[in-house]
Amino acid sequence: MIELYLFLIFMLIAAIIAIEIQDLLAAIISLGAVGFSVAIMFIFVHAPDLAIVQIVVEVLTVVIFVAVVLRTTHVDETIGKKLSGTQILSIVFYAFFVILFLTVMIRSLQELPAFGNATMKVAKEYIKLGLPQTGGANIVADVILDFRALDTLGEATVLFTSVIGVAALMRKVGRK
Amino acid sequence: MRGMSLIVKTITNSIIGFIFIYGLYIILHGHLTPGGGFAGGVIIAGAFVLKILAFGSGASAEKRSTTVASIFESVGALLFIGVAMSGLLLAGTFFLNFLPKGVPLHLLSAGIIPLCNIAISIKVGAGLFSIFLALAAMKYIVED
Amino acid sequence: MIVFVSCIILFLIGLYAIVTKRNLIKIAIGFAFIEYAVNLLFALIGFKRGALAPIITQIDKPHNFVDPIPQALVLTAIVIALGTTALMLTVILRIYNRYKTFDIAEIRKLKG
Repeated sequence: MIELYLFLIFMLIAAIIAIEIQDLLAAIISLGAVGFSVAIMFIFVHAPDLAIVQIVVEVLTVVIFVAVVLRTTHVDETIGKKLSGTQILSIVFYAFFVILFLTVMIRSLQELPAFGNATMKVAKEYIKLGLPQTGGANIVADVILDFRALDTLGEATVLFTSVIGVAALMRKVGRK
Repeated sequence: MRGMSLIVKTITNSIIGFIFIYGLYIILHGHLTPGGGFAGGVIIAGAFVLKILAFGSGASAEKRSTTVASIFESVGALLFIGVAMSGLLLAGTFFLNFLPKGVPLHLLSAGIIPLCNIAISIKVGAGLFSIFLALAAMKYIVED
Repeated sequence: MIVFVSCIILFLIGLYAIVTKRNLIKIAIGFAFIEYAVNLLFALIGFKRGALAPIITQIDKPHNFVDPIPQALVLTAIVIALGTTALMLTVILRIYNRYKTFDIAEIRKLKG
């Protein structure tokens, strides 16, 4: 599993570069690097469905980000400016939150099963009943389209809402 | 939106059919192999996005494709709801898998799952393509 | 444990961008990082050593699969993330169109 750790380190470095670099196009390329390394890690944990979706979604995400940045400006002029009062305050609050969050998170991560030993209490039933009850060989497709199809309906609603929002915000005529 | 150079156009011409076939394969075999409606829909939307990025399009063509994409998105949503409602009407449960299950590990199996995959792929593909079109048409707003 | 902690670190990097950065594009990138971190954490929790991807290829053999439920939950979340990111970028474009800057401090000042 050494390659998983290498990709995790790569992902973290790319993430730090993405939020600290001055050129916004380079920041978006680093965002793409993080997304593609997440997709490759999905393959390492045996989730091919997720890997396919993540790769194609990542391509579209980068295209949309680049479309926005090419229309506007690609220099982040806020990098290197002096920190304002509210910014220092927000950094202090952020540090406070990180300490609080890490104490809670470390305790709750200890409750989880260790990496590589999933408990699979509910999943056992889905794997056993998936093929006999739905006839589909892909258990993930069985879960999202048969056992938990209402989840997918909700997802379709959210996507529809966001498309309506984009179309409404991008209309050509409107109040000035 | 302007198009790109001749090299990009030629490569796009020769590769775009394969992308469509791959997307259709992912959708239709969603109940047997990795993939499904989400992945296939995004792949087909990506093929359209590649075509627009490579060849460019005028304002009127973008408006027309936006209309077509929104119609397809509504059709996908209605198809998905229709499959769910037919389960309610025919057998009394929302999203019931009422079709025959068929032989396992064959293409014609799994009841309503392939139908749902097709509906979701139409919906997701058309939705993401119309998002891209709306953002591509933003040029006319920024520059006025 | 250490893989879960690196997901948490990615989450905190995204949150740092949202809280302290003044550029709107950087804030959108921070949201995208938070989405990746949560998706990756789900997929890593469902991993089982020595198991296969949850796709049945032979019917009569006993199945040894990784957990399919986190994968099913994350599959919808990834597509939703793209939709919300696109909506956020649309709002950012509208703001740029009005104020000609991505700096939220400048935007606050201009509103006055």
